[in-house]
Amino acid sequence: MDKVRAENDLKPASEPSAVLLRELVAHLRQNREQLREEWVYRINETELLQAMTREEIFAEATSVYDSYVEALETRTLETLQAYAQNLSERIIPRGVETHEVVGIVLLLRDVLARSLFAKYQTNPKLLNDVLDAYEPAANSIAITVAVGFVRERERVIREQQEAIRELSTPVLPVRERLLILPIIGLIDPLRARQVTEQLLRGVRAHRAKVVVIDITGVGSLDVKVANHLVLTVEAARLLGARVIVTGLSPEIANTLVNIGVDLGKMSTVGDLQGGIEEAERLLGYKVIPATPGPA
Amino acid sequence: MPIRPATSDDRVVPADGDARVDVARDTDIVLARQLGRRLALDLGFSAGDATLVATAISELARNILMYAGAGEVWLKGLRQGERYGILVEARDRGPGIPDVQQALRDGYSTSNRLGLGLPGVRRLMDEFSIESGPGAGTIVRVKMWDR
Amino acid sequence: MNDEPGNRGSGMGVPILKQGNYLIASIQSALSDADLLELRDALVERVGRYRARGVIIDVTALDVLDSFATRILSDSAHMIRLRGARTVIVGIQPEVASSMAYMGLTLPGIWTALDLEEGVAHLDAHAHTTRNV
Repeated sequence: MDKVRAENDLKPASEPSAVLLRELVAHLRQNREQLREEWVYRINETELLQAMTREEIFAEATSVYDSYVEALETRTLETLQAYAQNLSERIIPRGVETHEVVGIVLLLRDVLARSLFAKYQTNPKLLNDVLDAYEPAANSIAITVAVGFVRERERVIREQQEAIRELSTPVLPVRERLLILPIIGLIDPLRARQVTEQLLRGVRAHRAKVVVIDITGVGSLDVKVANHLVLTVEAARLLGARVIVTGLSPEIANTLVNIGVDLGKMSTVGDLQGGIEEAERLLGYKVIPATPGPA
Repeated sequence: MPIRPATSDDRVVPADGDARVDVARDTDIVLARQLGRRLALDLGFSAGDATLVATAISELARNILMYAGAGEVWLKGLRQGERYGILVEARDRGPGIPDVQQALRDGYSTSNRLGLGLPGVRRLMDEFSIESGPGAGTIVRVKMWDR
Repeated sequence: MNDEPGNRGSGMGVPILKQGNYLIASIQSALSDADLLELRDALVERVGRYRARGVIIDVTALDVLDSFATRILSDSAHMIRLRGARTVIVGIQPEVASSMAYMGLTLPGIWTALDLEEGVAHLDAHAHTTRNV
């Protein structure tokens, strides 16, 4: 999780600036209903937040508005950050996207800025001072909300990817001390690392002494992935487990050896069934043939 | 000899989000890699990746000690668009590596030969670069990115 | 069991316990290079002193096993072998194993097992063979 750094808080204002900000905050509180309504109107006009109903938009707008003003008032972003995080957690599953969140925050900034223009237009110098106080704060707020949203989105995406990867490489404990890892589909280097991780965790969790990795279902096996397989075998040995690779067709095996992959470091058996039998033999199980032998 | 705790060490200097560990004795290797692991975890790396990073740091710091006597390990969190990463930079002003290509050749075979370990570190990390020359010191930069 | 005077920890405090004919070294935390060397020497000395038949080095608590540590563990096993005992390294963490494999540090010829229980079982099973280290 990202830590809140003190530098993220709004910079301390000079005394006159602080006074102006207090006045500004009071103004924003006084005109809350009107400004919020205008903001919501603009949101609907630009057709942002399509994924949400009007009632929802209104409710969130209220919370955002209040947090915004509070940030300006207290000159700290912590509450706002927490709210942004919370809001993101709720709206991301609804399909709200980054540009929408950035868009509405900027709209609010604009709505409030205009209201300041309107209020202080008769006094250009004062208007200038007010904007000097308002703008940096408003921009920090916009950034905070946007960043909070993006971070949450990244976190969600990472979790989803992790889940997908785990689903696609299940480690199956079929017998005591024996794991089978059927790999299906293409393996890229990223997935290869994932497979290794899962295999090793599986070895530890199930206290496996033999693992059968079946790659029958793998379309193609390039050099990098093959080397990675060798690494996996070596890593598994460090955890006290032997690895048998099955489903490596003679053609693939030949190609790989020719390219220089050291297949000598792992046991290979033609098919999964054979691999399991070999594994059981290693574990000391008696192997009884499925079909009766010759009479 | 007790291990110096990895906190409030006056040789670890955060600067703009960087952290630097001065490497002058073997306990500094542990310090550097523990710091690296913590930074990696803080950045959001998994425990597994943090271990890879810590291992790489250990090797690089060890090289500094063995071949230059002293040097520094710099650690820095990185951000590139939506992904985050970690940069480890091992610097020394030692005699340099006379034949970098040779050092990078993958000759470890099956022995535990204590070489520079650079091919191994390169395999461990996502990005790897090295600058070195006779009498010119050495800088090794490695990066790991989130997945 | 652990009532012998020489069974205090070595250096940094790596406790070495005697369990029947076996010695069990349980590393508790990160070890510096000097600590590793001390551990090696302590183990070799005790194997001789107690005429141990097997040694288990438990590295569960080590979060990194780099080239030096790997070399020293390997040396330890070889030196212990010269004293007539077999060594098993146990407790290598999955992430550590991955790193070691990437780095080409595979402890060739050194026995490894998942944990203490497996390590003891291995020593028991091979009590009468002399192949390997």
